[in-house]
Amino acid sequence: MKASVYVTIKAGVLDPQGNAVQDALHALGFGEVGKVRIGKYMELTLNTDDKEAAARRVREMCEKLLANTVIEDYRFELEE
Amino acid sequence: MAQQTTVQEPTAEQIAEQRIYRRFGVTDSEYELICGFLGRKPNYTEIGVFSVMWSEHCAYKNSKPLLRRFPTTGPRVLMGPGEGAGIVDIGDGQAVAFKIESHNHPSAVEPYQGAATGVGGIIRDIFSMGARPVALLNSLRFGRLENDRVRYLFENVVAGIAGYGNCVGIPTVGGEVMFDASYEGNPLVNAMCVGLIDHDRIQRGVAKGVGNPVFYVGPATGRDGIHGATFASEDLTAESEAKRSAVQVGDPFMEKLVMEATLELIESGIVLGIQDMGAAGLTCSSAEMASKAGNGMELYLDEVPQREEGMTPYEMMLSESQERMLFVTEPQHEAQAKAIFERWGLQCVKVGKVTDDGRLRLFHRGEQVADMPVRALVDDCPVYHKPSRVPDYYVKNASVDTNRYAPVEDLNAALRKVLDSPSLASKEWVYSQYDYQVRTSTAVVPGSDAAVVTIRGTRKALAMTTDCNGRYVYLDPEVGGRIAVAEAARNIVCSGGEPLAITDNLNFGSPEKPESFWQLEKAVDGMAEACRALGTPVVGGNVSLYNENERGAIYPTPVVGMVGLVADLDHITTQSFKQEGDVVFLLGETKAEIGGSEFQYAVHGVTEGRPPAIDLAAEKKLLDAVLGAIRQGLVASAHDLSEGGLAAALAESCFERGLGVSADFATPLRPDLALFSESQSRILLSAPPERADALAAWLKARGIPLQRLGTVGGDRLVVKVNGRPAIDASVSELCHIWKEAIPCRMR
Amino acid sequence: MKFAVLVFPGSNCDIDMRKAVEDTVRQPVDYVRHTATDLSEYDAILIPGGFSYGDYLRCGAIARFAPVMGAVRQAAAEGKFILGVCNGFQILTEAGLLPGALIRNKTLKFRCHPVDLRVENNRTPFTSDYAAGEVIRIPIAHGEGNYYCDDALLARLKANGQIVFRYAGGNPNGSVDDIAGVCSESGNVVGMMPHPERAVSELLGSADGARMFTSVLGAWAVRTGARAAGSGAGGR
Repeated sequence: MKASVYVTIKAGVLDPQGNAVQDALHALGFGEVGKVRIGKYMELTLNTDDKEAAARRVREMCEKLLANTVIEDYRFELEE
Repeated sequence: MAQQTTVQEPTAEQIAEQRIYRRFGVTDSEYELICGFLGRKPNYTEIGVFSVMWSEHCAYKNSKPLLRRFPTTGPRVLMGPGEGAGIVDIGDGQAVAFKIESHNHPSAVEPYQGAATGVGGIIRDIFSMGARPVALLNSLRFGRLENDRVRYLFENVVAGIAGYGNCVGIPTVGGEVMFDASYEGNPLVNAMCVGLIDHDRIQRGVAKGVGNPVFYVGPATGRDGIHGATFASEDLTAESEAKRSAVQVGDPFMEKLVMEATLELIESGIVLGIQDMGAAGLTCSSAEMASKAGNGMELYLDEVPQREEGMTPYEMMLSESQERMLFVTEPQHEAQAKAIFERWGLQCVKVGKVTDDGRLRLFHRGEQVADMPVRALVDDCPVYHKPSRVPDYYVKNASVDTNRYAPVEDLNAALRKVLDSPSLASKEWVYSQYDYQVRTSTAVVPGSDAAVVTIRGTRKALAMTTDCNGRYVYLDPEVGGRIAVAEAARNIVCSGGEPLAITDNLNFGSPEKPESFWQLEKAVDGMAEACRALGTPVVGGNVSLYNENERGAIYPTPVVGMVGLVADLDHITTQSFKQEGDVVFLLGETKAEIGGSEFQYAVHGVTEGRPPAIDLAAEKKLLDAVLGAIRQGLVASAHDLSEGGLAAALAESCFERGLGVSADFATPLRPDLALFSESQSRILLSAPPERADALAAWLKARGIPLQRLGTVGGDRLVVKVNGRPAIDASVSELCHIWKEAIPCRMR
Repeated sequence: MKFAVLVFPGSNCDIDMRKAVEDTVRQPVDYVRHTATDLSEYDAILIPGGFSYGDYLRCGAIARFAPVMGAVRQAAAEGKFILGVCNGFQILTEAGLLPGALIRNKTLKFRCHPVDLRVENNRTPFTSDYAAGEVIRIPIAHGEGNYYCDDALLARLKANGQIVFRYAGGNPNGSVDDIAGVCSESGNVVGMMPHPERAVSELLGSADGARMFTSVLGAWAVRTGARAAGSGAGGR
């Protein structure tokens, strides 16, 4: 089973890296780009077939370690 | 990133017929020699091993004859060139280990990782000697900041040095950055590390004791950097970008763990020989360790920790995966060694054995896959005596009259232009990205003539600097070579230190071109002469050739890394004026010498003519006198004169505390030449009024040419020449220009 | 008084912290590895700066699960004196022992230079030897020192007096409300991004940080009712 985890900065938190990337894109002529937010993408290989149990466990992993819920949001997808 | 090698490796016959060895930088005649040493044709693994061992980077085959011209011994030298680092005695059973190395080619292609792994490599060289690294410095060269690519390289090289050094926890305390069009496309990234060690802990990279096990420490081996040594031994071309896979990726956290564990291992006293896996990884470390002991070695490649599937012996031997070490101990100490590394979460695996047959044998999947004589790999690499020819530009330049330019009347504007020059301007944009205070021993932080790091438990300190003016070396390599050493010594002395020894990084173009080789030869001669005159032997260093591209070669840039001993904390001196009323002196003779100067470049837009002359005997006299004056407590501030001449030196001395100065310079020269000449062997001193006379007497008694320029005070830089106004500017306005030069170009 | 300096894989400023204790208050100080589970013999626990676990994932995110953190949590609950500096501050926020979070500097660059700090709260065990509102000179060296808390938390911190230091001469990293250091509601756990252990000697540029160590020695002396021996400072 493969879990794809997306961790992003919460809406209210300043993302200086995202801003810097937006400026750089504008400088390259991509003026149509609005807000840019930068996050993390993680791939976890899980030794299990039970999708429900996996979902519970991955949520726990996110809450405990993979995301700092003070400043980050997370979501994930599971596939066989 | 995993690449499966499903392709069959060429056979020995195919390698010969299709001359595949040429791709690895091996010439036809070298190939014949190799066949002779083996008594047969080499297989793919063997030709791979020979190709990296015989590369310029590992074997110094083009530069060895020149390197022999350096003085490498002295009463304080405990370890000269040939090991991970040079070691110099500093008294009380302690010694300083230091070395400089380059990572120029990788940084041109992948600046962050190229610079980062350069720092990683030099740190390992120091702790592999058993020394605790205490400071880092770096010497950088880039093209002009107006160029986008240059800004990209500059930004990322600095970020890479910071990212790696800060994480390992070693302060980056000094260095230099210069910008010139000649370095466009060929940036220079030279990293220096300084460490402390007790005499009885000094280690060597030797495979001692026949039958002893050989251990591998560190992360698993991957396919990074294969042929990195070969890449460093050739010119950069358009294809170099494609060679990005040859750039290694560093993990500074891993380095920190390996460093702590290795120092603990060495402290336990059970290590017989240890070396880091740097250029050419397992190949170079195993071959050199065997060679230095006069022994042989067997390696069992199945035991090598691997992080990719299906790695071949060729790949394992040539991989430049970072943060790995090789060491030898006696069999009964294996458990103790493993326990140390386990505590640090590191693997320590037995991968070989020391033998007595003088051969390097490799085993894989139950078979012997390579068998080469160690002597042939390390000692018998051919040495080339390249032809040398005086370049046309040098002949033409010798007759250029640099005093023919129209006099510059507006000296305030000239000074502003010089202070705005990125090579001379404040480097705070750079060094504020470096943690220069970790280990809380940095007594003089970046921004003064040399960095000073204290030694806990003593009243001693180490002064350290890197220096080289590539323009001078270009205009006259021998003179420029002398000046590089002299300037480093001047910076050490101005900080209160006695120069001890140097490490050198020779950054030059292709030795295949006689004109480039002439530059290398002459620069080495000049440096050697200065080292002898100033009593600073060369205890180690690095050669980086082939720094050129389609458009040409860099200015020849032999970077000098010098370490000095500050005998007492009270002697520590910095370049900034300390208080109102202090008296300012100029030591040394000023001549009309603007060839290769910042003034000539910034105001007249050229680099031509003869560089300043240097009298090494006069320099030595000056340095001894100034160090003596500092030790007598007569000096408040000391600043050597270099780029920008007297005008820049006065301005720089005002900036830190915002203290102005009123000076009147008596000189037979025209004002613009007088204030911006870069004549050598000159130092600016200031002393409190009650010590000024004693200082003057001390210097006069030692025959030092001396002029009392004026007094510190106010908030303006006021400089008269022969009583007539020349410069009158607000210190804060000048400081702003100097501080903003790089930040505003990087926005 | 016994000090512990925690050492995680990748900690760098442990040496600096130890030297600072030795040079300012001259009390016994031990390095304690991240695998230790018992801190009961220590009166103060110092969590130093550096790059624990390489700063991987997030600064302090992995260190907070190290075995020793259970003992740190217990010590905090017992009211022992705990100071987290730089990476130590990051570890304490990740562990939930201090409020808020530290994110990347607004300038996106590592910043190393001295800053002016205002002592906003001089009633913590580590700041009692300073005057309220005093401005001191302490160096910073970090890439992720940008303190973040949402508006609700900021209001609570202000109401409870949990803001210990603010940047005074300019905000180097974008921290909310110029916050440079905070304390727990109970007041015995303090975290700050600047490095007081680097400011204990004029030779190194400033001695303003020394009083953080004399303060906590004084706090311990008051608590134990004993006069600490051998130190030039001792209590208020």
